[in-house]
Parts: sequence; C-alpha cells; structure tokens
Amino acid sequence: MIRRAVGFFDDRIGVAPGARKLLRYVFPDHWSFLLGEIALNSFLVLVGTGIFLTFYYSPSDAQTVYNGAYEPLRGLSMTEAYWSTLNLSLDVPAGLLMRQTHHWAANLMIVAITVHLLRILLTGAFRRPREINYVVGVTLLALTVLEGFAGYSLPDDLLSGMGLVIAYGVAMSIPLLGGDLSFLIWGGEFPGSAEFFPRLYIVHVLLVPVAIAGLIGAHLAMIARQHHTQFRGRIATERNVVGYPLWPGYALKSGGLLLVTAAVLFLLGGLVQINPIWQWGPYEPYLSTNGAQPDWYLGWLLGGLRLMPALEVQLGSWTLVPNPFWGGLAFPTLVFLTMYAWPWIDRRWLGDNRRHELLDLPRDNPRRTAIVMSYFSWVLVVFVAGSIDRLYFRSTIPYEAQIWFLRIAVFVVPVLTYFAAKRLCEELRDRERHPLRGWNGKVVRRTPAGGFETLELDEGVPAVDGGNGRPGAPSEEQEAGAGTGGR
Amino acid sequence: MSGSGRPRLHRRVRVGAALVLAVGALASLALEEDAPAQGGRAGLEQARPGGPSADEQPTAGPVERPAPGLEPGDPAMVAQGRRLFVDGCSSCHGPDARGVRGRGPSLRGVGAAAADFYLGTGRMPIDDPDDEPIRAKSPYDPEQRRALVAYVAQFGGPPIPKVDPAKGTLSQGLELFTEHCASCHQVAGRGGMLTGAVVPDLQESEPETVAEAIEVGPYLMPNFRGQFDQKELDSIASYVEYTKELEDRGGWGIGNIGPVPEGMVAWLLAGGALLLTIRLIGKRTPT
Ligand code: HEC
Ligand code: HEC
Repeated sequence: MIRRAVGFFDDRIGVAPGARKLLRYVFPDHWSFLLGEIALNSFLVLVGTGIFLTFYYSPSDAQTVYNGAYEPLRGLSMTEAYWSTLNLSLDVPAGLLMRQTHHWAANLMIVAITVHLLRILLTGAFRRPREINYVVGVTLLALTVLEGFAGYSLPDDLLSGMGLVIAYGVAMSIPLLGGDLSFLIWGGEFPGSAEFFPRLYIVHVLLVPVAIAGLIGAHLAMIARQHHTQFRGRIATERNVVGYPLWPGYALKSGGLLLVTAAVLFLLGGLVQINPIWQWGPYEPYLSTNGAQPDWYLGWLLGGLRLMPALEVQLGSWTLVPNPFWGGLAFPTLVFLTMYAWPWIDRRWLGDNRRHELLDLPRDNPRRTAIVMSYFSWVLVVFVAGSIDRLYFRSTIPYEAQIWFLRIAVFVVPVLTYFAAKRLCEELRDRERHPLRGWNGKVVRRTPAGGFETLELDEGVPAVDGGNGRPGAPSEEQEAGAGTGGR
Repeated sequence: MSGSGRPRLHRRVRVGAALVLAVGALASLALEEDAPAQGGRAGLEQARPGGPSADEQPTAGPVERPAPGLEPGDPAMVAQGRRLFVDGCSSCHGPDARGVRGRGPSLRGVGAAAADFYLGTGRMPIDDPDDEPIRAKSPYDPEQRRALVAYVAQFGGPPIPKVDPAKGTLSQGLELFTEHCASCHQVAGRGGMLTGAVVPDLQESEPETVAEAIEVGPYLMPNFRGQFDQKELDSIASYVEYTKELEDRGGWGIGNIGPVPEGMVAWLLAGGALLLTIRLIGKRTPT
C-alpha cells in the first residue's frame, strides 16, 4: 500500500532518492539533545490551543457589564477583553482547559529553552561553525519571552494591567526616545487608546508567532544542513555522525516525546490552576494588588527593577535617565547582548577558532563551565529578588534587609559559583582521566626470576586519549562522514 | 556521559532526591493552602460545648467573642477587667490606661473596637513594644477578654461595629476590597509585604475582625472610619468570607497568589516530568 503510494509519486516526480536520503538521515542521540524538542513541542501545543482561544477572545476595551454565572463579578463593568476571557474561562466548554494548557505551555516552553541554552553553552555547541544557529536560538528566546508577556497582558485582568503599567514605565524611561516611543505603542498616555489592545493582539497572534515559527524553521534547517553535534565516543569523532536514522528510530522517539509533552501540558491544564483571572478581577489604572508578579520568565526583570538602587541621571531639573531604565531595560539588554556575543567571547578567551563537530563535556572545559554557571547564577539571584516578597513574606527578616542582602549576593554569588563550578569540573575531569578509576584490585606480576611482585598502580598506567586532549585539526568537510548509521 | 561505568544506583538515588525535593516544595505550597482552613475548623471544634480542651484552652478563634450588645458599665466586669489590665497591660499602657511613653499608647478613647480587635486576634499583649503586633493565640479566655474590653471601653471610643456579611453584595465587596485593601492584603486576601510591615492574610479573620480593622486601622493600616456605610461594610466582609473558599475552577489552586508558585510548578512538575522522560528515552552515554 505504502509502497504503491510511494511508487506513484516516485514514478512521476522522482521522490525516492530524496525520501531515502531523508529517512536515512542520522541523528546523534543523547538525552540532552531532546531539550530543544520539548520547547518545539510546547510551541506546537501553544499554536493549537491558541487557535482555539482566538475563537472567543475579543481585543477590545469597550466597556460591558458582566452578568454571567460567577457571582463576585456580577454587575461589574469591565472591558470586553476581560469579559471575553472570563466567558472563555467560565462558560465555554473546555475553554478553561485550553486557556490553562496554553499558559502552562508558554511557561514550559521557556523553561525548556532556558535549559536547552544552558546545555548549548556548557557543551560548547555554539562554537564554529554553529554561531549563526546559536544567534537564531537566542533570538527565539527573546521573542518567546516577548510573546509570553503579550499573552499575559491580553486578558486585561488586574495582574495583566499591572504588568502593562510597569512595561509602560520602563518604555517611558528610555532616554530621549521614551516618551514618544511609548505614545506610539500605546497610542497615547497609559492605559492607551482604543487601538492598543487590537495592536497587542496582532503582535501576539500574528507577528511574533510567525517570526518564531520562521526562526524555528531556520533553526532546524541549519541543524539538518550542518548535522547535529555529538559527544566523543568509541566511534563518534569529529569526522562522522553517529546515531539513529530518522526512520525507523529518531522519528518515533521525537513523536513519542511530542505526545508526552502534550500529555503533561494537558494534564496540568486540567488539574492545576494557572492565572485564575476571575479571582483577580478587572483592571483599572487606580487599582493594584500586593505581590503582583509577572510570569516566571519575567521575574528577573522585576528583580532588576527592585535591586537597582534609586539611581537617576539628572540634567538640571530634567531627568535624563529615569530609574526604571537600569533594571527594566539596561539589565536585560546587557544579559542578551552578552548571550549573543558569547561565541565570539569564548573564542577570544580560549583562543580556539577551530571547527568543532564534537561537544565538550562540561567538565572538559572547567573555565567555560565555571563562567557560564557564574553568569546564570548572577541572573538567578536577580530572578530570586523578583519573587522575594512572595517567598519570604512570612519570614521575620525585614524587606529592606532582604533587598540589601540580595544586592550583595548579586556580586558575591557569581564569584563563589565560579570557583565552585571550576573546582568541581576539574575534580570530575581528573577522576575521569584515570582509566582504573574506582578499581581497587591489585596487579600481581611474575618476575623474570620466577617470584611474584605487586605492581604500584600509580606508575606504568598508559595515558588514555580522553578528557581534554582533542585531536588536531578536525576535518573541514564533515559532510562526507555523514551516515554512520546504527550504533 | 563518558563515565559509562557509573553505577546505576547512584543515578537512581539522584533522580529520587530531585523528586523528593520537588515534591517537598510543592507539598509546602499545599500545606500553606490548607492551613487556614484547618485553623478555622479547629476554632469551631473548640467552640463546641463539651468539646475536648474547650475550657483550659483559650482560643484566638473569634467564635466566642463578646456580644456586641455588651452592657457598657457592668461594674463587676469592669472591675475584673481592671485587675487583668493592671497585671498584663499596665507595663506598657500604664496602670490607668494613659499610656507609657516609649512603650505603649494611651488606650483612652480607642474604644471597644480597638480593644476587641487587639485582644480577639491575640495581638495584645505583646512582648516587645517595637514589634509589629501579629495574630497569635490569646493568653486570655473569652470571658477575660470580655472583661478587658469592658474595662478599656469605659474610657469611651467607638463600639464594636456591627456587621452582617449575609446582607452584603459579593461584587460590591470585591470592588471595594480591590480598591482599598488589595494593594496591601493582595486581591484574594492572601497577604504580602510592605516596607516596614508584614501584611497578614485574611483567611482567619472573622467578619467582626474585618469591621474592627476597618474602624481601628491597626499598625501601618490606615483606618477607614466613616468611609463605608453599613451596606459597604457588609459587602467587604462578605468578600473576605468568600476569599476563604475561592472558586478554584481550574483545579489545584496552588495558594492563589499568582505566578510564583506557577513558575515552580512549571519548573518542577512539568520540567521534572519531561526531564525524566528524555532521560529515559535518550541515550546517556556516547557511542
Ligand atoms: C510590651 C508592651 C505592651 C503590652 C504588654 C501591651 N501592649 Fe497594647 N500596645 C502596645 C503598643 C506598642 C501598641 C501600639 C501598636 C500599634 O500601633 O499597632 C499597643 C496598642 C494597643 C491597642 C490599640 C491602641 C490603638 O491606638 O488603637 C490596644 C487596644 C491595646 N494595645 C491593648 C492592650 C491590652 C488590653 C493589653 C493587655 C492585655 C496590652 N495592650 C498589652 C504595647 C503593649
Ligand atoms: C497600607 C496597607 C493596608 C491597607 C490599605 C489595608 N490594610 Fe488591613 N492590615 C494592614 C496591616 C499592616 C495589618 C496588620 C496590622 C497589625 O499587625 O497589627 C492589617 C490587618 C488587617 C486585618 C487583621 C487581620 C487578622 O489578623 O485577622 C484585617 C481584617 C484587615 N487588615 C482588613 C483590611 C481591609 C478590609 C482593608 C480595606 C478596607 C484593609 N485591611 C486595608 C495593612 C493594610
């Protein structure tokens, strides 16, 4: 049957060679190579559930009165945006399941991208020749965060309104341009004109998702073109690609992972409540709630705003650089610029401009691992600062003391992390190098004279080509080696 | 990884440890969520006549609070209150409730509303006059509290306000609460932090406590005296009652405080489950 169908197409447009090549395409296998796929799968779930949500959501700030079944809100006037999200959540069959799954998928997608990024950084996968794809990946992270924020803002509930106020404040704080720029985006002073929600909506359902989809396509195409990196193994070298063919093998694994990801997300969507907007109530500019938080992936921006001391640049009576600029814009820009520049920083710093098809184990390169971990710990401390009031509001430590503690930790923790990670890697690497690691038997040898002697193991052990000592120049045309299928 | 000889057991132990951590973190959330409910139940149980330890355990539960229609001048009660006051309160508030500089304010004119609020929630007596008074178990039994309130009340001041949540409107309560209280108490009454004070959650507050807090304005909380009419007061109280049993239509409410626990679920539950999955289906050692 399939054979006939394939035959039909092959006969006419000659697909067989292409298809054969595609099905035989080899993927190196390691669990950590699947992290990116979790992000991709989450994106697919997001698109699917998102389409459902568009059937019910209305991006309008026209006022209506809620008269639905949920008593605490009955009779309140609210925007249509909030009303339609309420209706979607409380009255549309399966609406809440879809909305919650959508939200969980967004949270998970960025978790997966973050861990995937960490894997890329720690194993040196960003090195030549994969810098372009790395840059695409970092852009995907930035876009996903932006997309998440736009989505979080759409329901126009109390929390999303408070998020938008902060975004507005940060946009306003851009030196010189801020005022005009935010007026352009919001169509006027906060909360903006009637065009704002339709605009935000198009950004969320069209512009950014299409950009993300396009970049994901480019990301995957480049992986296909360049082949995936692999860890050094008994067979795997700089010159070949060792792994499973697409069919039967990798495709089944990936398909399975897609199903598991979707299952986990729908389970959460059905069982664990996320962003219960009916409990937050509608937003008005004069309203606020204690402990309002953005979704987790923006926590580090909130933390940046909080940790930054009240520093402003003044020119006479005119504030050139208002305070929110530092934590809300300068800090994330710095973080992203550093990430973008990382392949080039790493190359300079380690003096290594060779092509790499093989990955390092994190321990192989203690300096890189240490600096990456240190960098992440820096962002992590700022991130913790963003949620500190929620995590510790029951503790007796005063809020100001916590903030000062964190301000110091921002500098101290990365340094400590650096040395701890470096030390750990060095130790792991040294242990690894020893071919008889963990072996505590004894070697007894017969001497020429006919007696026996016990060998001291520290000497006479042959050096093993492993750990750091990569062979010289890797092949320039690794394509040639592609296709070492099977194991 | 390249150390292919790593014993499997260790891996299991590590995965296990990670799971235990994750579950622990989530369980603490769950506990936090249940705590108020249990508190409320315990209070009810103790109120039941003949219930265990109903007598020797004075409770902070406001179930047995003084009747609002208390005889203001019942001399026997005032006398008992005065004795208790001299023993337990005069060190800070002075022997005749005129206050002691640097230790406690004068209580003349604060009225039964303030006295009942501070005593009923166990905020008074406190140990250190510089601390924020927080809800605690009162060392006095209900009758003693009634006597103390009667004693403070005789110096004048607002009486214990009347409130009936059943007469309020939930949506009006939500609107007023969001406008006047949520910036400190969080929109679902889950509490939070202020510079200089911890704002309590309101899951243990009875309607009378809410009305009293509005009247008195304890600690950093402003007083809203005269700002709400009776209907509005009832509505706020009914909303606070409602927040004790929020409608969690989406499933497990994870504390009803928004994205922080949600992020934890995303990382620990979803992230953890999928990490385990890829560890199972992906290879762990290079070929
Ligand atoms: C260790 C010192 C201390 C002791 C003991 C103490 N108080 Fe207080 N009390 C204070 C302080 C300080 C305040 C002000 C707290 C505030 O602003 O919330 C206060 C406030 C009060 C208030 C509210 C006053 C107002 O202006 O609304 C009342 C009522 C009160 N106390 C009653 C009592 C009673 C009754 C006792 C004895 C059972 C007692 N206190 C024991 C220190 C004390
Ligand atoms: C400026 C912040 C702020 C605002 C606004 C505020 N509160 Fe409070 N509230 C507090 C603080 C702080 C306390 C704790 C006082 C203490 O420790 O003695 C408190 C305590 C309370 C308590 C006692 C909690 C208990 O232990 O049972 C109630 C009830 C209460 N508030 C209700 C309200 C209501 C209702 C409103 C709105 C009308 C409101 N609050 C507005 C800060 C605030």
